[in-house]
Amino acid sequence: MAQQFYVSPEQVMKDRADFARKGIARGKSVVVASFLGGIALVAENPSPTLHKIGEIYDRIAFAAVGKYNEFESLRQAGVRYADVRGYSYDRVDVTARGLASVYAQSLGTVFTAEQKPFEVELAVAEVGVRQSEDHLFRLNFDGSIADESSFLAMGGKADVVQADLDKHWEAGASLRQVLRWAVSALEAPRVDATRADAAATASGSSDAPTPSLHLGAGSLEVALLDRNASRVRGAHRAFRRLDAAAVAAELGEV
Amino acid sequence: MDAHSRSEFPALEGAGSSSSFLDHVSRNNPALLPFGRTLPAGTMPATPHGTTIVALSFEGGVLMAGDRRATMGSMIANRHIEKVFPADKYSVLGIAGTAGIAIDMVRLFQVELEHYEKIEGTLLSLEGKANRLGAMVRANLPMALQGLSVVPLFAGIETGGPETDQAVGRLFSYDVTGGRYEELEHHSVGSGSVFARGALKKLWHPGLTAQQAVEVAIEALFDASDDDSATGGPDLVRRLWPVVYVVTYDGATRVGDDALATVVQTMVTRRSLERRES
Repeated sequence: MAQQFYVSPEQVMKDRADFARKGIARGKSVVVASFLGGIALVAENPSPTLHKIGEIYDRIAFAAVGKYNEFESLRQAGVRYADVRGYSYDRVDVTARGLASVYAQSLGTVFTAEQKPFEVELAVAEVGVRQSEDHLFRLNFDGSIADESSFLAMGGKADVVQADLDKHWEAGASLRQVLRWAVSALEAPRVDATRADAAATASGSSDAPTPSLHLGAGSLEVALLDRNASRVRGAHRAFRRLDAAAVAAELGEV
Repeated sequence: MDAHSRSEFPALEGAGSSSSFLDHVSRNNPALLPFGRTLPAGTMPATPHGTTIVALSFEGGVLMAGDRRATMGSMIANRHIEKVFPADKYSVLGIAGTAGIAIDMVRLFQVELEHYEKIEGTLLSLEGKANRLGAMVRANLPMALQGLSVVPLFAGIETGGPETDQAVGRLFSYDVTGGRYEELEHHSVGSGSVFARGALKKLWHPGLTAQQAVEVAIEALFDASDDDSATGGPDLVRRLWPVVYVVTYDGATRVGDDALATVVQTMVTRRSLERRES
């Protein structure tokens, strides 16, 4: 049997993290942003059936980027965890904080103990009674957890998307407004790329982006956590998907 | 993986894992189930029992109603109990039998449907829902043999089928062995069901509107309470009305207290004026 070379733990962790980061950066981005009427979850996702956004419980939703099979198994485990908890205690006892912390443990265990780390990044969102009571958690492949205020972007060129959101996002926005911000943020990496191309060819025409850069309703997956679901619709489940027609209507594309 | 198995977070199972909450709980936390335990020998003390549930279809949907009484032997255990529940957006269920187990079975069934919907991303078919409920009733069979039986009545409309503009309501009844039977037009379960069914047979006709269906259900429950001591009639003193749910394509909605008060008052006034044996 061949002798194994010594590799320092720092190097092992760094290699694993680099591997996971590369996998996540290959995909498309997801934006989660709070607004006056709830929390909007917007993903660039051309597939109408392979969802990146899902319902976990009454006021809790899930969004993910990375490898589908990995985050799908995490989503299902989250639904099981929430349903068992809500069934054995009460519906109000299922919280995003509790869910995020078990996700963090699970991701952390996989990162250190398994053959390969999960190439995923997750967001767990819980809509509150008021916008200041919304909770957004960001979970990384290594199990690190961050409590974000009001909005987050992940996957693909997440830093560019996040920076674009940072410029626009304000409290008290309408659904229409926040969807526009989210879509423009998701388009930002492509706009950047074409600008860079234009600069490289030095044609000097850095005008508005061409229509091909535009993300239409058909290539978006949009869902909401409705803040007033119980009061307005009489439903305890706040999660609902917006179909392409509804998204197009909100974005004014009709 | 040791930390994994210790934590309450479910294992990250991939393909082949079930979409059923019942299966998941039976495997991992069987103590949470309302049934599935073997009882030691002994006599069961009196426990609250739920009584009469009626259901009927109407033009564009289905309706289910239940009285508000639970009895414990000859005592009234509860006069506010609710025995009809929305199962999900397009179906409702009512329960007769041992209240303690029945109410937990309803909660389990509600989670079962919601769980499937969240995992799979689509609603279960109406037949599928009816079969899952049958499985739960069958799982309760050992306890039914000890006298703790639960007999549900399930009603709903088929969704996602061909685009018919008229929803067709369907009813399913069960026996304690989990046997599932589709009922046509109307059905009733519980101690007062015999009397309610007589009323339903005379009052039901094709083409009922939702409002007429509410009236028929209230009359049937009134007749059941007239002859069955375990069925509660409308309580005019406490202003307690039966629980009535209507299921149409817009979803399952509970009929409001004001609407029920009007129906009950009208019926009581008419019957008092007639001065007959009801």
